[in-house]
Parts: sequence; structure tokens; C-alpha cells
Amino acid sequence: MLEVHDLACLKGDRLLFRGLALRLQAGGLLRVAGPNGVGKTSLLRLVTGLALPEAGEVRWRGVGIRRDREALHRELLYLGHAPALNDLLTPLENLRFACAAAGDEVDEENCIIALARIGLEHQLDLPARVLSQGQRRRVGLARLFLSARRPLWVLDEPFTALDAAAVAELAETLSDHCVAGGMVMLTTHQDAPFARAPAVLDVGAYAC
Amino acid sequence: MLNTFVAVLRRDLLLAWRGRADVLVTLAFFVIVVCLFPFGVGAEPNLLRAIAPGVLWVAALLACLLSLHRLFAQDHVDGTLEQLLLSSEPAVLWVMAKVLAFWLSTGLPVVAVAPVLGLLLDLEQGAYPVLVISLALGTPILALLGAVGAALTLGLRGGGMLLALLVLPLFVPVLIFGAGAVEAELSGTGATAHLLLLGGGLAGALALAPWACAAALRVSTE
Repeated sequence: MLEVHDLACLKGDRLLFRGLALRLQAGGLLRVAGPNGVGKTSLLRLVTGLALPEAGEVRWRGVGIRRDREALHRELLYLGHAPALNDLLTPLENLRFACAAAGDEVDEENCIIALARIGLEHQLDLPARVLSQGQRRRVGLARLFLSARRPLWVLDEPFTALDAAAVAELAETLSDHCVAGGMVMLTTHQDAPFARAPAVLDVGAYAC
Repeated sequence: MLNTFVAVLRRDLLLAWRGRADVLVTLAFFVIVVCLFPFGVGAEPNLLRAIAPGVLWVAALLACLLSLHRLFAQDHVDGTLEQLLLSSEPAVLWVMAKVLAFWLSTGLPVVAVAPVLGLLLDLEQGAYPVLVISLALGTPILALLGAVGAALTLGLRGGGMLLALLVLPLFVPVLIFGAGAVEAELSGTGATAHLLLLGGGLAGALALAPWACAAALRVSTE
């Protein structure tokens, strides 16, 4: 379970939010909402342990993540704003590296299946620099199909630059993950057709 | 555990191969800097012979410095670094893999070309093995120390200049013992002591620098 207590986030010398609390249970789908600049991405980075909070604590399965970061990282999939693609590598090479770097053993065949499923079967051997924004996004999202064993998915604006069909399919994938007992925390400004309406956390309510 | 190490090493070597123009620029810089000295100090063979060890070592050091900022910059911009920091494997492993790939793509070519440039400066025959060994032991130390500096200055405005100011003083002992080894061999006292010190320095840097580098990367990406 992911629990957040009394979290405060300082960016530069400005306090973005304070007193923020949330709890995400198995099967939970949480949408982090709020206007631009309110600290949605900062909250996600605090939850993943990439940044440290000014005050408060993030707990994964009851243990503070500062005490045991690896326990969280073994079960976490985070897709940030930047798609983590290198322009000189092909989508297949990028995806295989992303899985290996995270510590997952995924063979090439499954990577090809995942890329085909997300609609990139004809771009497998092209360098990533010739892909469109939407296609680049998809390469990152292909990791979702290979990360079912990681229960916590934290996604920063996953729907950006995707077409309507891809948004619907992604929403379905996320819903399926939750039904299977996973947890999803995401930010988005778009309305996506989720099977079950997500819980909403408005960061603006904790803004300073 | 070794999976992450191998994956990062293989990827960085592949990237070095695909972007080999960058590697060649470093090597060309090394060659050109050494070639400038005969123009600057005159083509007197005795003089060139005397300054050859120092010139080769300083040029190798600058060539290493020139490419250091590339070590993490691209991964920082495109988000790969975040993903690596979220890996369930220890950060020290992939930091070592990145530094090793960096050394193989920039340090090793410099070590390989140095004897040829030694010919240009009329370095004495007997000094070539010591020159190559000292560079082979010294350039990995430069890469390891430089990686810590590159991690600390990541994403800063004017980071390249700051990186040079930060790591050049740390390079001084390596330069002293590296160039000193070649000179000691030439003067007949034997280079063993210098080379052993370089080897010890490498072992120390290998043990400490990856940890410092991983910690610096966490701070820089926050």
C-alpha cells in the first residue's frame, strides 16, 4: 500500500503544497489533478523517491521509502514527462534497455510483441529520432505491457500526444491493471474512458 | 545483478559507435594539441624529447576533460537517468558500467594513439612501454574522478567550465605520477614506484568514486 503523510514540497524557495496526505490501496486508480504549476509532477517525483520532501513521509507497504528505497523501486514503474528515449537507438533497443536497466529480464520476443501491441510494428528498426511525438510516447508506454508484475504504476501525463484510439486502449490497460490488483497514480488534463471513474486528488487544495 | 551492468555497458558502447564522430573529435583534439607544441617551442629534438612525457600526459588529460560533460548530459535530458536511478539494482553498478564504457570509447583510443605521437616528439625507444602502461592506469582514474565532477555539475548553467575548475586540481596527482613514471624510466631510476602509486590510485578511485558519483547523481536530479 502506498501512504503519504503530511507531505510538503519546496521548489526553489517556494512552498508548493503542504499537509498533503493520500492512501492508495491495491486496485486503486488515483488521478492527481490541479492547474499547471501546482506541483503534480513534483508530487509524483516525491512518491517515487526521485526527490525528497521538505516535510512528511512516503510509505510503501508500511515502511518509509527513505529507509528502504529498493523495496519500492522493485515494485514501481514510473514514466515521467521525458520519454527516456535515446534518438540514436531504435524503439526495440530503447525498450529492451529500459527493461534491463530497471532490473527486469525481458527477452526480445516479448519486447517486439509489446511494441506491436502499441502500434509500432513497422517502426522497430527505425532510429527514435524519426518518430513522431505520439510514437515516442508509445515506445515508453510499451513498458506497461512488460511490467504487469510491478504493482505500482506512476504515470506523468501518459495521454499526451496520443490519438483517441490509443487513449482508449491505454485507459483499458490501466483499468485492467487495477482489476488485477495493481495500483495506478497518474496526472492528466484529459478525460479518459476508464471503466471505473478514478479517485481524484486535487493538489490545488493543499497549495500554499 | 550483472544484467544491468551489461545492459548499460552494451548500450553506451553502441551509442559511442553510432555517435563515433564525437569520439573522433576527442582523438583529433589530442593529436592536434600534441602537434602544436613543436610549432610553439621550436623543432629542437633535444627539447622535444625532454618535454615529450609531460606534453603527452597533459594532452591526454585535456582530451579526457573535453568529453567528460557528455558522460551523463544526454541521459539527463532525455530522462534515462531518472529511470536508472529508479532501478532496483544498486546505482554503483550502472555508474561503473557508464564510466567503463566512457573509458573504452575515449581513454583507450588516446592510450593507443599516444605511442605514435611519442614518435613525433622523438621520445626515446625504451620509454614506450612505460608511457602506455602509465596512461592505461592513469586515464581510468581521470574518468572516475571526472565522473563525480560531471555528476555534480549536471544540468547547471555553464556546467562545462565549472566541471573543468572542479576536476582539474584533482587530476594533478595523476599527472605528476603519470608523467613522472615516463621521466623516471628515461632517467634510469625505474618507473616501478610511480606505476605502483598509479595502480593504487586506480584501486582507490574504483572503490570510492562510483559511490560518490551515484550520490551526486541523486542530488543533481532532485
